[in-house]
Amino acid sequence: MAPHELRRPFKRPAISDQQKRRDLSLIRQEKNRLDAQRHARFLASTVLSLQPPADSEIITDSNPSPEQEFELVEEGIEALELDVRQAAKLKGTEARRWFAKQLMLPEWMIDIPDRLCHDWYVLARPAGKRCFVVSSNGTTVSRLRNGTLLHRFPSSLPSGARNKGNSSSQSYCILDCIFHELDQTYYVTDMVCWAGFSLYECTAEFRFFWLNSKLVETGACDPPSVYHKHRFSLPTVYNCDQAGLHASYTQPTSYVKDGLLFYNKHAHYQTGNTPLALVWKDANCSQYVIDTDSKGQILDQQQVVLALQENGKLTTSDEPPVEFGCLDMEFIQKSGLQTGDLLKFSVSDRGLCFTDGKLEKADIQFISKSNRARAFADSFSKIMFQHMVRHSPLQIEDLFASITSSAVKDKEVTDEEMAD
Amino acid sequence: MATEVTQVLLNAQAVDAAVRKNAEETLKQFQEQNLPGFLLSLAGELASNEKPVDSRKLAGLILKNALDAKEQHRKLEFVQRWLSLDVSVKTQIKMLLLQTLSSPAAEAWSTASQVIAKVAGIELPKKMWPELIESLLSNIHQLPAHVKQATLETLGYLCEEVSSGVEQDNVNKILTSVIQGMNASEVNDVRLAATRALYNALGFAKENFNNNVERDYIMRVVFESTLSPDIKIRQASFECLVSISSMYYEKLAPYIHDIYNIAAKAVKEDEEPVALQAIEIWSSICDEEFDILEEIDGDFARDSDIQCFYFVKQALPALVPMLLETLLKQDEDQDQDDSAWNIAMAGGTCLGLVARTVGDDIVPLVMPFIEENIARSDWRQREAATYAFGSILEGPSPDKLMGIVNVALNFMLAALKTDLNSHVRDTTAWTLGRIFEFLHGSAMERAVITPENCQQIVTVLLHSMKDIPNVAEKACGALYFLTQGCEDVGPSSPLNAYFQEIVQALLTVTHREDGGESRLRTAAYETLNEVVRCSTDETFPMVLQLVPVIMMELHLTLEREKQGELQGLLCGCLQVIIQKLGAMEATKNAFMQYADQIMNLFLRVFSCRSAATVYEEAMLAIGSLVYVTGSDFAKYMPEFYKYLEMGLQNFEEYQVCAVTAGVVGDICRGLEHRILPYCDAIMTQLLKDLSSSQLHRSVKPSIFSCFGDIALAIGESFDKYLMYAMPMLQSAAELSFRSSGADDELSDYTNLLRNGILEAYSGILQGFKNSPKSHLLAPYAPHILLFLDRMKW
Repeated sequence: MAPHELRRPFKRPAISDQQKRRDLSLIRQEKNRLDAQRHARFLASTVLSLQPPADSEIITDSNPSPEQEFELVEEGIEALELDVRQAAKLKGTEARRWFAKQLMLPEWMIDIPDRLCHDWYVLARPAGKRCFVVSSNGTTVSRLRNGTLLHRFPSSLPSGARNKGNSSSQSYCILDCIFHELDQTYYVTDMVCWAGFSLYECTAEFRFFWLNSKLVETGACDPPSVYHKHRFSLPTVYNCDQAGLHASYTQPTSYVKDGLLFYNKHAHYQTGNTPLALVWKDANCSQYVIDTDSKGQILDQQQVVLALQENGKLTTSDEPPVEFGCLDMEFIQKSGLQTGDLLKFSVSDRGLCFTDGKLEKADIQFISKSNRARAFADSFSKIMFQHMVRHSPLQIEDLFASITSSAVKDKEVTDEEMAD
Repeated sequence: MATEVTQVLLNAQAVDAAVRKNAEETLKQFQEQNLPGFLLSLAGELASNEKPVDSRKLAGLILKNALDAKEQHRKLEFVQRWLSLDVSVKTQIKMLLLQTLSSPAAEAWSTASQVIAKVAGIELPKKMWPELIESLLSNIHQLPAHVKQATLETLGYLCEEVSSGVEQDNVNKILTSVIQGMNASEVNDVRLAATRALYNALGFAKENFNNNVERDYIMRVVFESTLSPDIKIRQASFECLVSISSMYYEKLAPYIHDIYNIAAKAVKEDEEPVALQAIEIWSSICDEEFDILEEIDGDFARDSDIQCFYFVKQALPALVPMLLETLLKQDEDQDQDDSAWNIAMAGGTCLGLVARTVGDDIVPLVMPFIEENIARSDWRQREAATYAFGSILEGPSPDKLMGIVNVALNFMLAALKTDLNSHVRDTTAWTLGRIFEFLHGSAMERAVITPENCQQIVTVLLHSMKDIPNVAEKACGALYFLTQGCEDVGPSSPLNAYFQEIVQALLTVTHREDGGESRLRTAAYETLNEVVRCSTDETFPMVLQLVPVIMMELHLTLEREKQGELQGLLCGCLQVIIQKLGAMEATKNAFMQYADQIMNLFLRVFSCRSAATVYEEAMLAIGSLVYVTGSDFAKYMPEFYKYLEMGLQNFEEYQVCAVTAGVVGDICRGLEHRILPYCDAIMTQLLKDLSSSQLHRSVKPSIFSCFGDIALAIGESFDKYLMYAMPMLQSAAELSFRSSGADDELSDYTNLLRNGILEAYSGILQGFKNSPKSHLLAPYAPHILLFLDRMKW
């Protein structure tokens, strides 16, 4: 029988440095592995990997080809890879640059998606400033679309104020909101992260479910108080069927409406322009259907903001960019313009010609450099929508009609199936 | 034939090497040609009273070694070999073995008892030798003393060997015979064998300890035998008490007073081997209570039905003085002897465990002893007082200790510098280390280290590094914890001002000629590593300067012989430096100038065919280097690849294999698709590893993670490995459900395994994302989903 060892460690630290080196290496490897997998996962959460059959049809011709899409996504990742908690510490230009890339930007509805009534939600969009609201480390910060700071305030969101015990750095939130000046309320139109849990890779269906069940619980929808400076509120989200569309279009709301927002139920939260969230307006549900100047006057001619590329080409903010024309080098030098500048142009009446949704010809006149606060050029869908508004707008009746016809079609399909 | 065997066995122990070698060769041939005959004749030799003891004994040993081996895979092989023997052969061998137990020759029956235990270890769990216990014990009362002794020893070995498969009925029989054998009426040899057998049988006695009457009886017999005039019996019965204290802690309450009294008497009066066991009883009880209190404190308190009886707390007023008394019984040279273990060391260790268990309550009981003795002229008193102080620094709250420590710190610094006794200086340096370990750091409300005393502390510690090796080693240890505690204070650590000085002093220590004693050189490098780990922006330039210095040291080891240990330390140090400098963009770029040279050095270290630890350290360092160089590492691959493969082939030193698999992961992330040319060979090796029965199981999770890393790096090119990798993952997943929950260790392993499997699946799925080949994964989807589903809770 083996002798029973009695000695215990004496005057020696319990851990060996070699074991510590091994452990630290393992921690580093584990972290690198997670980073690598996370990187891969972000690649996965692109519009391309979403393949419900109906969706492919709404991807218009202005959409990028697969290879180009890949590059776009990789660019997007750089910004995303920065943890939100780190991002919350960014200041000034860096912060603006980071946050400017984080919002999902709905395209303007220039044609009606198939299966609108099956795969989409609709809600009345509140008028106001589109912004990101981030709560972390005991404070809440809102940033506008171009990244600039709107408010810094205490809120009842998780980690949103210092009074709560749970201000762990893990527990941050990111909400996609519209700040409504009149009642000083943040209307939450999407949820990106909740209590440290990322919803980027979740479908809109899940995000709205989560939003509805979690936001009220925290007291964020309560009236303002010392630790909760601004009220949060949820616009009602409807299934985009006859009743839903009707309600969102006609029902009175606590806020001033500015058009309708449509969300594809199966789409993940994707930063930048996406055709899986759409905005639509008419004069009944928005004061701002046609672009106005700074005094609120409707312009005689449509104006567009385009980005100047190295070769003098003028492009939209889409990925890949859509080209609207070209400036000659002499003019660029003479006017002191630089690559990347955002330039304002006016479009002559009927100045845009389209064939099959593709731009054929653009007759545009240079006006000036754009306002410095702008972060992006116009998207193709915005220019297109504005053009249509002036000439042949997509009307609410068209939307209703598409829902009805789709319902009829469905019924026919079912009837056929039953006949089989 | 039989006489021939005897002669060969005797020759195998001959002084003449040639004769010996010849005999060994003959035995080997015999075994290879006719295994059953070989084993039978060995058993016959062992059983035969006419044969010389020497040949009988060797016959028994060879038989034993044919049934068991240290290496797990050989052991399994031997078990299979035994099981496949003809039943009649096995029956004959077993009969001969049992018969040997009645032999008057102690060497013969003692060997036989061990062989019987080995056979039982194979057969009892398979219910293949059901009559064994019965045949051992049927007439134990009537046996002559030496046969009784042989039988009891056999039971002892058997209980040690067999972990399961003994039915309660047989357990009862074993315990009854053992307890009867411990009776004072038996001769000492029988009592001793019985007491030792009880020690091994305790693990089977759960039922019996649940029964009050049986438990009382067992405890009474054990207590009685602690009073035996024979020291070996006393020692063995105290060993039983140690084991009972931890195994049956929750049953101790009725006996704790007796246990205390018996132990206290032994500590005071008995000979050291017994006194050491007596102290160990209390150390074990401390271990139990500390674990219980920790668990109660933890998250699972509500679910657990464990209870703390606070035996240590109740015994405190008597226990502490008893332990303090032992501290004064130091041996003169215990600090220079790494194998020393005496009553002062055991008592001090136990005092530390008591402090950890009861916390604040111990402080007022120990302070008078410290005050009384700390300044005495007898070094034993000063050392004992210092040791007592150092022992109680872990456990009590910082609030309780901070005042005392602030007063003591200056005294300790002075003693370390000026006490004439090296023993006192050793313990003082250790105590300073404990102060820094437990009461210094950013988490403390009040700081022990202030800008005012920092310089003095550093000066004294650096001074002590020139002391004799064991004291210098403790000074290095103290500096380690001093550094560690400054880690979180922000960019300007109070130690920054002394950085250069500290590094210089540590390098000087590493060059000491007596650095091999008391693991001084190792301690110096470990402290240097910690200094690097805790360095800040301010001191980065000096860390960078350290790179060529350590590289030069490593270069020098390559020119000399027998430098394995030092090479390991230097590779470890470089690894820490690379990891530190690689973590930040600015320092990383500055470091890159050395990358080629460092890699070259590592390759030369590998080519020395060094020991496993060196291989492992160099491999870990390369992992850090890959992280820094990124895809540039590709240029080293042609030369490095063979060492990577050697690492993956190293089954015996499984740590090397695991570390290498981790480095494969690093390389995948660094090289991405550029690792493709090496993947066939790497995957082949990894798959071989997984299917080998020799590979330690702890490596498997790392290999699965490695699959994920490879798939993520090479994307759809992983397709050709799917048909091999996926079944491996599936069967590992199966295994993880079959074996879960048996015990903590196993469930930890199960979690690691599942984590590895998940990382593999995740890497593979992500790798195939957006690939036209992704349909190749479809056949595996059901299993993956099932795996995920079964893991839900």
